[in-house]
Amino acid sequence: MLQTTTHSAVAVSAAPTVPPSEKTGRTARARRRSNPAVRRERRAGLAMAAPAALLLILFLIIPVLLAFGLSFSNARLISPNPPRLVGIDNFLRAFSDPVFLRSTLNTFVFAAVVVPVQAGLGLLLAVLVNQKIRGVTAFRVIFFIPVVTSIVVVSILWKFMYQPDGLINSFIDSITFGAWQGTAWLNDPNTALGAIIVLSIWQAVGFHMLIWLSGLQTIPEELYEAARMDGASSWQQFANVTWPGLRSTMVFVLVTITIAALGLFVQIDVMTQGGPVNSTSTLVYQAVRKGYREQEIGYGAAISLIFFVLVLIVSVVQRYLTRDKED
Amino acid sequence: MKRRSLPVMVSLCAASALALTACGQAGQGGGSGDGPIELTMWTHSAGNPAELEVYDKIITDFNASQDEYEVVEEAFPQGAYNDAITAAAAANDLPCLLDMDGPIMPNWAWAGYIQPLDLPASITDELLPTAVGTYQDEIYSAGYWDAALSIFARKSVLDANGIRIPTVDEPWTIDEFDAALATLQSAGYATPLDIGAEDTGEWWSYAYSPMLQSAGGDEIDRDSMLSADGALNGPEAVDFFTWFQNAFKKGWTSSAGTIGNQEFVDDEVALSYTGVWNALASIEAVGDDLLILPPPDFGTGPKIGGGSWQWGISSSCNSPEGARAYLEFSFKDEYLAEFADKQIVIPATAGAEAQSLHFKEGGDLRPFVELSQKFALARPETPAYPVISSTFEKAAKDIMNGADVQSTLDGAVQEIDANIESNDGYGF
Repeated sequence: MLQTTTHSAVAVSAAPTVPPSEKTGRTARARRRSNPAVRRERRAGLAMAAPAALLLILFLIIPVLLAFGLSFSNARLISPNPPRLVGIDNFLRAFSDPVFLRSTLNTFVFAAVVVPVQAGLGLLLAVLVNQKIRGVTAFRVIFFIPVVTSIVVVSILWKFMYQPDGLINSFIDSITFGAWQGTAWLNDPNTALGAIIVLSIWQAVGFHMLIWLSGLQTIPEELYEAARMDGASSWQQFANVTWPGLRSTMVFVLVTITIAALGLFVQIDVMTQGGPVNSTSTLVYQAVRKGYREQEIGYGAAISLIFFVLVLIVSVVQRYLTRDKED
Repeated sequence: MKRRSLPVMVSLCAASALALTACGQAGQGGGSGDGPIELTMWTHSAGNPAELEVYDKIITDFNASQDEYEVVEEAFPQGAYNDAITAAAAANDLPCLLDMDGPIMPNWAWAGYIQPLDLPASITDELLPTAVGTYQDEIYSAGYWDAALSIFARKSVLDANGIRIPTVDEPWTIDEFDAALATLQSAGYATPLDIGAEDTGEWWSYAYSPMLQSAGGDEIDRDSMLSADGALNGPEAVDFFTWFQNAFKKGWTSSAGTIGNQEFVDDEVALSYTGVWNALASIEAVGDDLLILPPPDFGTGPKIGGGSWQWGISSSCNSPEGARAYLEFSFKDEYLAEFADKQIVIPATAGAEAQSLHFKEGGDLRPFVELSQKFALARPETPAYPVISSTFEKAAKDIMNGADVQSTLDGAVQEIDANIESNDGYGF
């Protein structure tokens, strides 16, 4: 997992440096020179891509098409009655369903807090662990440990910590000398979502720290040297060398956090089941609850489809805002 | 090497795919040759050695008693069991014999997973009414036992606080119960009652819908089975859920703590609303001081949930006669008594009761038999039950956490009714 992320991060940051024309030119020349060899190579390439393509079609393309079809029907997971088309009934039902609307709001509140805070904190940690001091690897490992821990395990542990007499409240009690009593964090509609936000950031920030770190390490040391010779302060170095150098990393980090944040599910399922009073219900959780647990697969598919469109809109907007303006 | 590898890989894939398909055909095994017909059997009991031990014994005895059929058992963890059944049904790959939690049976019968049981009446008539699963006047499932809930207390604690010890004929009224909780709270129990609210899933409907029924409400109108309106959001239901909300608000009970009965054993709570399955550990810890009390009367007499795990035969079973033969064989009093004593559940026949160490007349867990006989009420026998249960849990949890009672219940009713309507009334 660690390796893949580093690779993809490097790929993102390296991609713009390869002039596209040169690449295609080379292939074109090769094709002219040795046609049979290329054909064999292409066949091998297709054969190698086939397993992945097959799995993608089977587990991604077909389910998406199915969901699209199901969302216009009253299909049930278990039923002796054949499903029938009900037009846009499911969508009308969704938009008049208070739990669905609350879930949408919660999902976007979660993303709106998590995306900037997690990206910022990740960058801060990355800058800190990028120092050339002894023992820095130990810190990198410590920050990364939550990422390699199963989110289910993390959620269960934090559920205990958030209890009225749990670790967090004892801690608050000790450091304020009993002046301030914590609450039952997950049972109070006002604090539950916040509590889950904190835990989610803690769990995932190490992952994005690592991506920022790989971005930081692609910035050549000479640039800093030059900046120092011009008498730039640390802040000026960060603002004028580091930040511009991290641009493509930033796009990658923002997109991955946004998509992960919008898909919030496990923490909710393990810790609160959407409660108290819908304050932590999310779109994905609601889709699973309706579509699978209550077996209304048609309605669940409709929620998933709405979710898909919302994520698509967010991604397109994000892509537009972070586009390369020189292009 | 390079050229050979692709065909090799393809043939390997094909071979493993064939092997997988062969393994996957659970319900269709054997039968064609000279050997005995294989009857596959799924239980939810993985991780429960006491229960599996008895099943192993029955299966060994049955397989040895004749050579026409051979029962092959597979155990699943309870948490994944219903999902496994749903998936197997979708893949048309159900086992021959399967066990199921009582209230989900109508859903599976409606969906066509299981067929009418057709056991001789001499067997099913002997069983506790709540150990027999009936849907649309047909018996689809039968179980070896039932469970029961009660309130555990220490006699010394009630006596010291001047609280009357209730009996089956004269249970606590809700006012008495409230007074007792208030007294116990001021006597030093920070939360006097462990009601089990830290648990999730079916427990909520199993444990708290009988309280609602005792108050005069219900999860659905049982006459029509078409609407929850008036039952789940009527004045009786609002009264009960207001009590429920206040019990948490006043600190009489809480949703913190651990699942099980440890708080009672440690004397951190004075009263514990929990099941027969926790009784033995409590007797060991508390001894003669332990009281097994009926739950309070919320208005129409105490109620407890009935209907535990029961057995059925899938509709795709290759040999229903064999499955029936096995079930007939298994309903022997000695096996039922063994389940009862090993698993600590109420045996389903009077004969097994007499043989049981704990549940016979004068046995230490005998009070549970009486509670079950007097107060047990099955959960609504409708295919809509999974949705009702999930909606009930969500609404009750929201109310526990301070949501407005009437509007939450109205929302739950709306959700249940919309579901029933989208299923064309589930055949009612």
